[in-house]
Amino acid sequence: MSTTKRPDNRGRRRFLTAAGGVTAVATIAPGVRLIQRVLAKEDDQAVSSAVRWGMLINTNKCATGCNDCVTACNSEHGLRDTGRPDTDPQWIRKVKLVDDQTGKETSLPMMCQHCEKPPCVDVCPTGASFRRTDGVVLVDKHICIGCRYCMMACPYKARSFVHQTLTDQRPWSPRGKGTVEACTFCVHRVDRGQQPACVEACAGADHGALVFGNLNDPKSEISKRAKAVSSRQIRADLDLNTGVRYEGV
Amino acid sequence: MTTHRITAFLLSGSLFLGLALTANALSGPKIPQARGEKCVEPVEMMRRNHMEFLKHKRDATMRWGIRTEKHSLIGCIECHAAKGEDGKYIPVNDPDQACHSCHDYTAVTMDCFSCHATVPKKGAAPAGSKGDS
Repeated sequence: MSTTKRPDNRGRRRFLTAAGGVTAVATIAPGVRLIQRVLAKEDDQAVSSAVRWGMLINTNKCATGCNDCVTACNSEHGLRDTGRPDTDPQWIRKVKLVDDQTGKETSLPMMCQHCEKPPCVDVCPTGASFRRTDGVVLVDKHICIGCRYCMMACPYKARSFVHQTLTDQRPWSPRGKGTVEACTFCVHRVDRGQQPACVEACAGADHGALVFGNLNDPKSEISKRAKAVSSRQIRADLDLNTGVRYEGV
Repeated sequence: MTTHRITAFLLSGSLFLGLALTANALSGPKIPQARGEKCVEPVEMMRRNHMEFLKHKRDATMRWGIRTEKHSLIGCIECHAAKGEDGKYIPVNDPDQACHSCHDYTAVTMDCFSCHATVPKKGAAPAGSKGDS
């Protein structure tokens, strides 16, 4: 049995060449229509580095007090409030910034930034922290020993440790005590051409502050917007080339 | 004469007990009937290699985003989770259920279900993976 054989990518390449990117009109919520160029991936095709998933967050549209993205994430992945806010896992959180000079308040969601050069992967002693070829940074919980080096290394405080025994997990989002976890960009949805739960919730609430897509495709909505408006990476000085970018900060 | 009878009685008794025990041991674990037409692999193959299939599939899914249903744990649970009298699914790692029954019999501890869901959930099918709450 070939347990270590790398999946054959040739079929996918042929498919991509033939498809050349498909323009799909998606209705993601009542009144919200996105015309989006998507690279459809068949279930049996492996992810490839032709895609770099990213997110562009418009903080001007991100409403102070709105928590819809956090709620959607918690529901999607079965993160529950155990009454211990200091240690309860959080994959996405709202952060408030206040400009000392002007008093201007900015609210933004903060989560795993899916770095091209992730410090969590650098420090992981077992290889559990890894980066998929399409840019999504994940934890292989089968080999995570719960040492929490990655949590110390992450400049964005994006990872959580599961302290409690969990039950009734979501089939698409296995989580367990003694392992580290973080935002997965909802790979289980993205692999099937859907949007991450937070993006869907934000659009559903008519805020549209989050745009998710393929940064490597110049015709994708996210690439066009990133080219048109000024956006920045948080802690760009660390040269991690994050997949998540912010407008208006 | 009496001694012979007692000996014969004891011998036949122990033989009967021995046969009963053997029959019990040979009957093996009891697994609830799975739904679906047939398993994704022949039964003999599955008995011996299901852990290898699962391990291979888990890496393909996690590292390469290959999300076919064949050999996936979600796929196994979809078919093998039985429903109780109340119409609710019984966790596959409950005693006498598909996973636990065999693993108990062979005295092999599994750690899948400290993280993985033990019952099918709405939305877990490949078509869409929306949360259920």
